[in-house]
Amino acid sequence: MARQIRIALRNCGVIDPERIEDYISRDGYMALATVLTELSPEAVIEILKKSGLRGRGGGGFPAGLKWEITRKVQADQKYVVCNADEGDPGAFMDRSILEGDPHAVLEAMTINGYCTGASKGLIYIRAEYPLAVERLKTAMKQSREMGLLGNNILQTGFNFDIDIRYGAGAFVCGEETALIHSMEGLRGEPTVKPPFPSVEGYLKKPTNVNNVETFANVPVIINKGWEWFASIGTEKSKGTKVFALAGKINNVGLVEVPMGTTLREVIYEIGGGIQGGKEFKAAQTGGPSGGCLTKKHLDTPIDYDNLIAAGSMMGSGGLIVMDEDDCMVAIAKFYLGFTVEESCGKCSPCRIGNKRLFELLEKITQGNGTMEDIDKLRNLSTVIKDTSLCGLGQSSPNPVLSTIENFIGEYHEHVKDKKCRSKVCKSMMQYLVVPEKCIGCTLCARNCPVNAISGERKQVHLIDQEKCIKCGACMEKCKFNAIIIN
Amino acid sequence: MKTIKLIIDGKTAEVPENTTLLKAAKTVGIDIPTLCYFELKDMNIENRPGGCRVCVVEVKGRRNLAPACNTMVAEGMEVYTHNIRVLNARRTVLELILSDHPAECLTCAKSGSCELQSMAQQLGVREIPYQGEQSKYRKDTSPAIIRDVDKCIMCRRCEMMCNDVQTVGALNAVNRGFMAVVAPAFEMNLEKSPCTYCGQCVSVCPTGALTEVDHSRNVINALADPAKTVVVQTAPAVRAALGEEFGLAPGTLVTGKMVAALRRLGFDYVFDTDFAADLTIMEEGTELLDRLTRYLKGDKDVKLPILTSCCPGWVNFFEHNFPEMREIPSTAKSPQQMFGPIAKEYFAKKLGINRKNMIVVSIMPCLAKKYECQRDEFKVDGDPDVNFSLSTRELAHLIKASNIDFSSLPEDDFDNPLGESTGASVIFGTTGGVIEAACRTAYELYTGKKLEKVDFKELRGLENVRHATIDFDGLPINIGIAHGLGNARKLLEDIRDGKSQFHAIEIMACPGGCIGGGGQPYHHGDSEVIKLRASALYREDAGKPIRKSHENPFILELYKDFLGKPCGEKSHHLLHTHYFDKSAGVFVEE
Ligand SMILES: Cc1cc2nc3c(=O)[nH]c(=O)nc-3n(C[C@H](O)[C@H](O)[C@H](O)COP(=O)(O)O)c2cc1C
Ligand code: SF4
Ligand code: SF4
Ligand code: SF4
Ligand code: SF4
Ligand code: SF4
Ligand code: FES
Repeated sequence: MARQIRIALRNCGVIDPERIEDYISRDGYMALATVLTELSPEAVIEILKKSGLRGRGGGGFPAGLKWEITRKVQADQKYVVCNADEGDPGAFMDRSILEGDPHAVLEAMTINGYCTGASKGLIYIRAEYPLAVERLKTAMKQSREMGLLGNNILQTGFNFDIDIRYGAGAFVCGEETALIHSMEGLRGEPTVKPPFPSVEGYLKKPTNVNNVETFANVPVIINKGWEWFASIGTEKSKGTKVFALAGKINNVGLVEVPMGTTLREVIYEIGGGIQGGKEFKAAQTGGPSGGCLTKKHLDTPIDYDNLIAAGSMMGSGGLIVMDEDDCMVAIAKFYLGFTVEESCGKCSPCRIGNKRLFELLEKITQGNGTMEDIDKLRNLSTVIKDTSLCGLGQSSPNPVLSTIENFIGEYHEHVKDKKCRSKVCKSMMQYLVVPEKCIGCTLCARNCPVNAISGERKQVHLIDQEKCIKCGACMEKCKFNAIIIN
Repeated sequence: MKTIKLIIDGKTAEVPENTTLLKAAKTVGIDIPTLCYFELKDMNIENRPGGCRVCVVEVKGRRNLAPACNTMVAEGMEVYTHNIRVLNARRTVLELILSDHPAECLTCAKSGSCELQSMAQQLGVREIPYQGEQSKYRKDTSPAIIRDVDKCIMCRRCEMMCNDVQTVGALNAVNRGFMAVVAPAFEMNLEKSPCTYCGQCVSVCPTGALTEVDHSRNVINALADPAKTVVVQTAPAVRAALGEEFGLAPGTLVTGKMVAALRRLGFDYVFDTDFAADLTIMEEGTELLDRLTRYLKGDKDVKLPILTSCCPGWVNFFEHNFPEMREIPSTAKSPQQMFGPIAKEYFAKKLGINRKNMIVVSIMPCLAKKYECQRDEFKVDGDPDVNFSLSTRELAHLIKASNIDFSSLPEDDFDNPLGESTGASVIFGTTGGVIEAACRTAYELYTGKKLEKVDFKELRGLENVRHATIDFDGLPINIGIAHGLGNARKLLEDIRDGKSQFHAIEIMACPGGCIGGGGQPYHHGDSEVIKLRASALYREDAGKPIRKSHENPFILELYKDFLGKPCGEKSHHLLHTHYFDKSAGVFVEE
């Protein structure tokens, strides 16, 4: 039986996040004390590197290595940034951590400051998270009062303080260079990397950017040792990952499972299976620019590398489950709709290409697609991924490519048979009168808003497909179940 | 500096570290196409947002293609610039750009000089497979510049020019995603923004998204009107660049052919703005000496440095940004606007015609002049001193449209009296030229001695901010020179903070001065073109029999006949102006 292990979420729902005493009673700030009094920055970085902790914000970059790079750059000023922009629709793991355990993030950022040589931390948080902001402010006040933040922390002479910055509300502002420009008061759009923020970031100074969940893991690793952390997970992905389960699954919400847990375990053991006992069709991981996993991936251990190999990615940990009622072409279109809205518009493949992908998908879901359109989707997707400036465009075609890869049959049905098997794509549906059942009561004809139904009293009625707008009013009214969807 | 060795398309390249793949490829004869990338070498101007993505190449070992303009070389790198993956990506990206672009080449002002058009030709695009919705925006016409941003490809060159180089900040990226475009804040009209009409955005825009307001039709109508006497003046920088529009090498002087062409176009009098430039020196030089002498005598009311005022882009800039300092620049009008009243108040009277029946046309390297000649203070009872200002490019089109074979034209001379000029006025067209011309005259007026060496080489060059000390017979005069408004801003801030050591400062809004003006033939980022134009002007100066403005016989006659003395009452009325505080939005004078 798969089990959850709570590392990042260890205190969430357990402590009162507004009482620093609660946090301290569960070993809070012990790691900071150890680090400041017993360990050199290099030693802490070594522990992190050995622990195998990778960034939880999407890219999976080794955290210890990032800290080391930031440390090694010479500069008069450095910054620590906590990325709490959490723009994936449906994702709320970072919010939960900030609301439920704000001190964990503050403690980890302070440790990072000690390791990298930064004296200033910034939390870039969505303005839509007022409770998290309040909790953070309370926590910062309390830790300052107790000498755990600010000048001369724990009487060691180490100074570090943290400020809050509010997000501009755009998904792409979660991308680290865009986030930094947004904090600098510039347009929130990414710039070419390198230079990476660790080398040249906020105000051109070395800036260590980590995600909320990444930070939340750090104090425990220091307290329990890297060996303990590295014993959890798979070869290249250590520890746990928090997922936000959503979609057609019985138990929606946050789960934290060891890396390497299979999709089957997550869905059927932890998630309680598919709603209404329906059949599992796919699971979207990695947020709007991830890909879908299918039945053949049910027993694949979930970790960074396996997800990439399957054409998806870890992303921030969204996991949306789809069943037989979901049309995969429509799903791809839905995600592209999101990207088109969220592209910053700086580079042409993403700005125009995603729009064209969306239009092609729209054409197909409306029953006007051609086989050539599927080829266009493939080529465009490949080129957009290959040429876009930032991670958004480099991954936004994933839903298209992975649905084409795994559900090409559905695309063909839409294009060749003009059929949507999940009955999602309305324009391809036909409302038909079953002659055997129709008694000619005229109720349907009288209720059709566009007068698409003809037929004499007591005669079988007929729906004019040219006129029909697929509102379904006739089917709703018919008392004899004589109207069906084809 | 470390040398890096890498392999590009099988060829070994050796370049210094921190070289881009784009430049490294050039060293082995590989020209990777670019669209957003833009550079004016030696002038500190570079744009590489990495946005267009047509320059992508394959770097072995990398997951994605890399933009050549933004990727630095590394030891042992293996780069492919034209394998099938790269070619397909580049073509698809261009097709995407074209799919969101109006196909209006037949009627587009940029056709023939458009970098998007030539790239489509270069890559042989014959159809656009990815059709779809196009982003549409409101067209915006200001007094000098038309924004037709349906044609914008988001290369951000204009934004870089307006912000990083000019520090005006009138244009910035707005909106997101598919509707992202470069525009004034809140997508308001350019006219309502702090735009100076320097036209530098126009001069770098690769497409027809930014072009000048075309006044050639008005000029054609005036020429066809028998009731009008049409007079034309040509600015110094035009003669050094016009030839480029007719396939002549950059730096070819076409003064004589230009005069011949204008005469064929039907202008009644072909005059030279250079004449007015000599006049500017008389007025500005006298003002400088007056301020200087009073300053040296301890007059506390006199402010130094004195700033030149012959560039209307610069005038707009300080009216918007430094209105509290608007007493510092010289009150002398620009040569274009000095010419206007001399033509309409002096020459027209000489001819015995009413000023309303005289049309004054100027040919300028400049777009700010279009705005300048529409300013209310330069009108008499609604009649502008200068009616229409055409850019060098518009003149070229006009010549082409009038069946004139430019290259076979004979060399002609300007008409008199307003066509005679000195070498001093010719170099007005390049950065440092105005102040050099002023020094030639001020030196002789101040010292009463003859200036033996008229070339002030120390004032020439292309460095952003230059300074030199000129010896006025024992009195050291500190001169500052800035071209580009960002550089001007630095000098102005120094003055405001009391840190300036200068007696006189020349400022030109355009990088390189008017030779790099917003109305000149497109240089497409080749700074050599700008340098060649400058040397052409210095050549013309060196070849002139008279090289000091105060020795121009027609200028002397004008003062004797009409104006009286420099900075006298009549000059003050006709040749000097005053400035406005436009900091609170654009000033509209009723
Ligand atoms: C379009 C886009 C959106 C992103 N949004 C987020 C986000 O909301 N939160 C986050 O932590 N990282 C986000 N990232 C990843 C960041 O760029 C960066 O890699 C991360 O914050 C680094 O922290 P980590 O190494 O701890 O994961 C995003 C990346 C892209 C390309
Ligand atoms: S990939 Fe998209 S979001 Fe990223 S820089 Fe390009 S346009 Fe902006
Ligand atoms: S901008 Fe260029 S490509 Fe576009 S219509 Fe004009 S000439 Fe043609
Ligand atoms: S004309 Fe000059 S000031 Fe105006 S928008 Fe263009 S670059 Fe900026
Ligand atoms: S207006 Fe012209 S220069 Fe400016 S971004 Fe658009 S295409 Fe580039
Ligand atoms: S430098 Fe010359 S071309 Fe440029 S704005 Fe000034 S006067 Fe016009
Ligand atoms: S030229 Fe390199 S991205 Fe545009």
